[in-house]
Amino acid sequence: MSMPAKTIHTAPLARLWANLPGFLIYVILIFVALTSLFPMYWLFNTALTPATSTIKLPPDLIPMNATLNNFAEILKVSGVSKIPIPGSDEVWRVPRLYVWFFNTTFIALFSTAAHLVFDSMAGYAFAKRKFPGSNILFAMILAALMIPPQVTLVPLYMMITQWKLVNTFAGVILPGLADVIGIFLLKQYIQTLPGELEEAARMDGASEWTIYTKIILPLTTPALAVTAIFAFQRYWNSFIWPLIVLQNPDMFTLQVGLAFVRTGEFGTNYGLLLAGAALAAIPMIVFFFAFQKYFMQGLRIGAVKG
Amino acid sequence: MNTVFAPKPTLFQLVGKFWHKHRWSYFFIAPSMILFFIFIAYPVAQAVLLAFQKVDLRGGDWVGLKNFQDLGASKLFWSSMQHTFVYAVFIVIAWITSSMIVASLIQPLVAPVQALFRAAFYLPNVISIVVISLVWIWIFDPDFGFFNYLLTLVGLPKVLWLQNPDIALWSIVLSTVLIVPGSGVVLYSAAMGSVPRDYYEAAEVEGANVLQKLLHITFPLLKPTTLYLTVIYTIAGFQIFERVYIMTNGGPINSTTTIVQLIFQTAFSDFNFGRASAEALILFAIIAVCSLIQFKFLSTDVEY
Repeated sequence: MSMPAKTIHTAPLARLWANLPGFLIYVILIFVALTSLFPMYWLFNTALTPATSTIKLPPDLIPMNATLNNFAEILKVSGVSKIPIPGSDEVWRVPRLYVWFFNTTFIALFSTAAHLVFDSMAGYAFAKRKFPGSNILFAMILAALMIPPQVTLVPLYMMITQWKLVNTFAGVILPGLADVIGIFLLKQYIQTLPGELEEAARMDGASEWTIYTKIILPLTTPALAVTAIFAFQRYWNSFIWPLIVLQNPDMFTLQVGLAFVRTGEFGTNYGLLLAGAALAAIPMIVFFFAFQKYFMQGLRIGAVKG
Repeated sequence: MNTVFAPKPTLFQLVGKFWHKHRWSYFFIAPSMILFFIFIAYPVAQAVLLAFQKVDLRGGDWVGLKNFQDLGASKLFWSSMQHTFVYAVFIVIAWITSSMIVASLIQPLVAPVQALFRAAFYLPNVISIVVISLVWIWIFDPDFGFFNYLLTLVGLPKVLWLQNPDIALWSIVLSTVLIVPGSGVVLYSAAMGSVPRDYYEAAEVEGANVLQKLLHITFPLLKPTTLYLTVIYTIAGFQIFERVYIMTNGGPINSTTTIVQLIFQTAFSDFNFGRASAEALILFAIIAVCSLIQFKFLSTDVEY
């Protein structure tokens, strides 16, 4: 190649200047993104750092001597649940953190499943069926979207107390099932489906239940996925209601359990505390990467909460 | 017409026909509507009634407006209002601005890189506020926290982020505004992507510069998104609870108590259910008024 030496030296620089805006955009974006991701990074960094290294200056910016000790420790200090084994006097001793994990998973899965069934049924009826009272009932649902959940906190607590559901999963789950956003979302989606298939099936003598399960539900899958993902996230992360209803540490969810550990003896041992917090966060992170597409779609159809 | 000869249906037949025609519709809405009436409609009505009573676990007595009068005379109530407003105003302004800037910086990038950044900004939103707040307590730790470490690096004195009553509220605000909200980035990014190219081309032909294009094309077309985000961020701001509960529990000396924190304390520490309901109704009224004002100022008929 016979390029003059001068060009070789100045070309990269010239290109850099020409691309400065583009280059700057990347610098700014990466800086802002790193700032936003920092608490999450610091969560895992601290959780993986040996307890003795968290209380020193300067802090380890990357987990130099990464260890899972904190995770083992938090399992110990969260306490032990004694679960009676049916038909015997023995008890099954399980670290509480596992129990919290199980409780949270159970409550979130059960609530999400119930939500999907009830909301899709109601969404279908409001979208496709004409019946007396539909307008007024739907207007009430819309109005309820604007009421902050804190308004019903006290009456619901009194109700749950009266029904003797304090400290039960039923007490946590039942009031949470009444959530109008799913009905609204699914109604909006089902409305856009063409009516021909439904009519054709009705002509062929299909029952209304068959039409709902075999025609409406399969066509609604994308919206159901979005509803399920946001519902699961909401139940997994929910705090104030389980905090009020649950008092026995064996019944806690992860979020309530973390707050409990924080106020206890090991509340300022951040390695332990954040190891527990990391365990509560990991499922949601995995969940996000698995269903990223639906998270983004869900936002666009207005499924955002807070 | 032969209907002339048809016998008039009896009431029983009418009800039967109505039931036969609509029973499936009512079957489909029944579970949701039963839950709705028991766990939303009834408690809302009850909250309104409770607000005018003196209530404890045993029962209630009518006291008229006393709960509201007591709140009006309570210093803690007014300072909670003030803290909540400060928090809400700052996060709405910060979140709208930062997500709009980030979205417009992402816009010129190629699609896969855009998607990567959107995911990066959305990711922190999937984690619970309890977890995030625990991390922030650690970042704000006076002795070994990351922030005080940064301060010592540049030779500044340490700050008692969450222990100093003059600073604690601002630390909580800071922990919120430093994070660009993923929802805003995703929604602004989608809205900007759907602005027709020829609008900009036409403006360039007319000799418009970058700023003019932004002011006269992009911003007006983003108004519906801005309205939506402003409303949901305002609502989120007024409902701040977990952050305060975990980071400071309202302290030190009530310097970070917010309305929802106050509702929680009044109801579940003092067991004064009537007063807590009055506080909740005031929160509801504030949110409703703010939403209405925002709709009035920001709504447009823009369509593209």
